Amino acid sequence: MKAFLAALVALVVITVGANQILMRSGFSAEAVATSPDNVRLYD
Amino acid sequence: MFRLFAVIILIWATLTPALAQESVDMPRAETGGAQTLEDILRRQANQKVDDTFRSSVTGDPAAAAPATAPLGTLGGQSDPDLWRALRYGSADVATQSRGPAATTLIQDGGMWWLKFREGPLLKYGAGLLGGTLLLLALFYLIRGRIRIEGEKTGRTITRFSAVERFGHWLLAISFLILGVTGLISLFGRKVLIPTFGHEAFSTVAIGTKWVHNNISWAFIVALVIIFVFWVLHNLPDRTDLVWLAKGGGIFGKSHPAAKKFNAGQKMIFWSVIILGGSISASGISLLFPFEFNMFGATFAKLNDLGVPGWFGADALPYPLSPQEEMQYAQLWHAIVSLVLTAIIFAHIYIGSVGMEGAFDAMGSGEVEEQWAREHHSLWVEEVQEAEVRQGKEA
Repeated sequence: MKAFLAALVALVVITVGANQILMRSGFSAEAVATSPDNVRLYD
Repeated sequence: MFRLFAVIILIWATLTPALAQESVDMPRAETGGAQTLEDILRRQANQKVDDTFRSSVTGDPAAAAPATAPLGTLGGQSDPDLWRALRYGSADVATQSRGPAATTLIQDGGMWWLKFREGPLLKYGAGLLGGTLLLLALFYLIRGRIRIEGEKTGRTITRFSAVERFGHWLLAISFLILGVTGLISLFGRKVLIPTFGHEAFSTVAIGTKWVHNNISWAFIVALVIIFVFWVLHNLPDRTDLVWLAKGGGIFGKSHPAAKKFNAGQKMIFWSVIILGGSISASGISLLFPFEFNMFGATFAKLNDLGVPGWFGADALPYPLSPQEEMQYAQLWHAIVSLVLTAIIFAHIYIGSVGMEGAFDAMGSGEVEEQWAREHHSLWVEEVQEAEVRQGKEA
C-alpha cells in the first residue's frame, strides 16, 4: 500500500513538474512559430 | 458560303475517327491533358490514379514570356499551374510564419487520415477492447478463478521489493489515466460531443488533454524503472518453451515449472516495453509537433529494403508533408495504444479476479509460499537456496 501511495504522489509531482519545466522552457507553439519581437503588435 | 461550310463539316466528320484513333495512344488528348473518364472511374473505385499528368504541369518559369508581353508577369506559371504546384507540394512558398508546416497550403493526406480516424479506427478500436473484455468474461465463466490447489502454508515469500512495486504502480496508474484520457480524445467528436454537447465536452477535453500530455512523463519514467529492475528476469530461456507447450497450465491441474516470471508474464513484459516504448516515441513526436518526424524516414528505409513489395503493396509514401508526419504519428499512437490496452486488460484480469493469491505480489509484495510453489516453482528453489547460502555465510 505504501508503494502504491508513493507512486501516486510521484505521479502528481512528475506531472506538475514536467508541465512547469516545459512551460518555462519555451516549447509552446507560440514561442516556436511566431516572432512578436519583430512586429509592432501594440501601440 | 453554304457549300464551303458543308465541306468543312464533311472534312471534320471524316477526321473524327482518325482523332479517336490518336486518342488511344494519348488517352488525355480528348480532354486537353486533363483527367479522363477512366481516371474518374478508377478514383471512384478507390484504385490508384497516376497523377503525374497533373502534378508535373506546374508551369515553366524558364520559358516565361517577357514581363512586358501578355501574361508575362505570371512568370511562366498560370494560376492553375500555381494551384497544382501548391497541391502537390512543389510550389516555392515563402511565408513570414516560422512554423515548419506553414508552407504546406494544401495536403491531400488529410482526408484519408480523417476518414480512417473517424471510421475504422473507432470501430475496430472499440471492437478490440470490447471483444477482449467479453473474452475475459467468458473465460472467467468457463474456467472460474484459478485457486491455490494445495494447502496454504501460512508462510510468505517476498516477491517484489518496495521499489519494484513503486515502479509497477507508477506505470499502472499512469497507463490507466492515459488510457481513459486518450479514449476521451479519440471518441470525443464522434461519440461524446453528440451525447453530451460541445460545451460539456470542451471542458472535459481541455482537462483530459492537459492530464494526458503531462502524465505521459510519469509513464516514461516508470517504463525505464521496470525495464531496469526486470529485464534480466525476462530474458527468454528453455523453461518458457515447456511452459508454453503446456499452455501455462491454465486448463487442468498441472502447473508447469517457472522462474520468477513465466513465459506469459515475459510476453506481457516485452509487450509493455516494446509497445509502451513505441507509444512513448510517437507521443513525444505529437507533444512537440513537427520536431521529431519519424515516419517519412522509416518509410524511405522500408522502401529501400523493398518491404512493401513482400506483401504485394505499393511503395510507402515519401516524402511526407509535416502534417502527414503528425497524422501517421497519431494513427500509430492510437493503434499501438489500443493493442497494448487489450493486452493489459488480460494482465489486470489474471492479476486480480482471475487468480487467487496473485494480487498479493503487487499489493504487499509477500506471496503465499504454496502459491509461489505452484506458479513459480523454480523461483522458490532459487530464493530458498539463496537464503541457505546467506545463512551459511552469516
